[in-house]
Amino acid sequence: MVRLITHNLLACHAKGCTSNNFPLQFQNVQIELKEAEFNPTFLETFMPKLEWKALVDSAKEASATISRYILGNTSLPLEQPEMLDEEFLKNLHHVLLEIHVEEGIMICPNCKHNYPISNGIPNMLLAEHEIG
Amino acid sequence: MSRPELQAPPEIYYGDTEAKKYTKNTRNQQIQADMTYRALELLNLPPDQPAFLLDIGCGSDEEGYIWTGVDIAPSMLEVALEREVEGDLFLQDIGQGFGFRPGSFDGAISISVLQWLLNAETSHPTSSPPHRLHRFFTTLHSALRNPSRAVFQFYPSSDDQIQLITSIAQKAGFGGGVVVDYPNSNKARKVFLCLFVGGGGGGQQQIPEGLDGEMVEDGKVRFEKRRERDLRKDKSGKRKSQKVVDRDWILRKKELYRKRGKESVPRDSKFTGRKRKPTF
Repeated sequence: MVRLITHNLLACHAKGCTSNNFPLQFQNVQIELKEAEFNPTFLETFMPKLEWKALVDSAKEASATISRYILGNTSLPLEQPEMLDEEFLKNLHHVLLEIHVEEGIMICPNCKHNYPISNGIPNMLLAEHEIG
Repeated sequence: MSRPELQAPPEIYYGDTEAKKYTKNTRNQQIQADMTYRALELLNLPPDQPAFLLDIGCGSDEEGYIWTGVDIAPSMLEVALEREVEGDLFLQDIGQGFGFRPGSFDGAISISVLQWLLNAETSHPTSSPPHRLHRFFTTLHSALRNPSRAVFQFYPSSDDQIQLITSIAQKAGFGGGVVVDYPNSNKARKVFLCLFVGGGGGGQQQIPEGLDGEMVEDGKVRFEKRRERDLRKDKSGKRKSQKVVDRDWILRKKELYRKRGKESVPRDSKFTGRKRKPTF
């Protein structure tokens, strides 16, 4: 149930890991698609918060499963567009809210901490020495 | 029964049996729903804008919002999965802090969670309540949009706990304070910590009023006042029960110790338990 909308907000929070800790990289992911209610106003208000490059990059860098969905089924432009038309918002909605990562690992690009995802729930717990 | 947070850490206390109450027990569900509703009211979100919320401790279920939930108890997360809630879930210890990017959320709510941060589970420095609270509030503050609000319903066991929590929240940059609903009722009384980031949303910096009449001015818990009153009475001279230690009592005790085989019990004499001169 990790949707890309949440993944786009998630940085590593281990001790001392303060730079280059975003975005967490996916590995060995399994994906499920679930329909969600389309809410264009929400997407429009949420757009400024998105790290566009991270969204597209994480899609590219991630395993073939994710990139197939993102680059195959829908097409997000590499640059964040100025004009928001209906088709673009529908694609964005699909990518952000309907793709659920069920299994896999998220890896911090900086400290290489692994956050395993099982049953759709990522385990964000840290060991004692990793707490900031 | 003692308070839940004193019995076991949350990930153990909220095992399968406790977690099941959140799906099976309608009374429990009703209370949770009422408190969630009230917390959302205190959050004071703009009505026409869809909001992205953070739910700390997934006991609640917000309809009509897009949200993300964190909980430390796997069983509670399973319950949330069973209910097929709409948001994302995380297994996370809030005392370790969040890793969300700055400004991610339009608001945060949490129902009966904060009191769990007040117990140290290990002796490691990162396990001390002030450290955990500090880590929680600073990372939460940065994860919230400016302006926005965070509302926590919690069960403080003393005035000191409220003091500790609010002072650390203030250090982390939050404004706001404590709102008490139904302060005069034992059962309906609910404590909400209402924190503001920046202007606090809705263009008002004022702490919302508690329900049902007067707010407790200093945020003190009622029974604390009573205890203080009792304490004062004691100091003014009327001690309730001072133990009277007389000769018979001393002899009885000494006899008892001899019977138990304790060595070096002084022998009885005419001076045992004698009356002494008044000290002044």
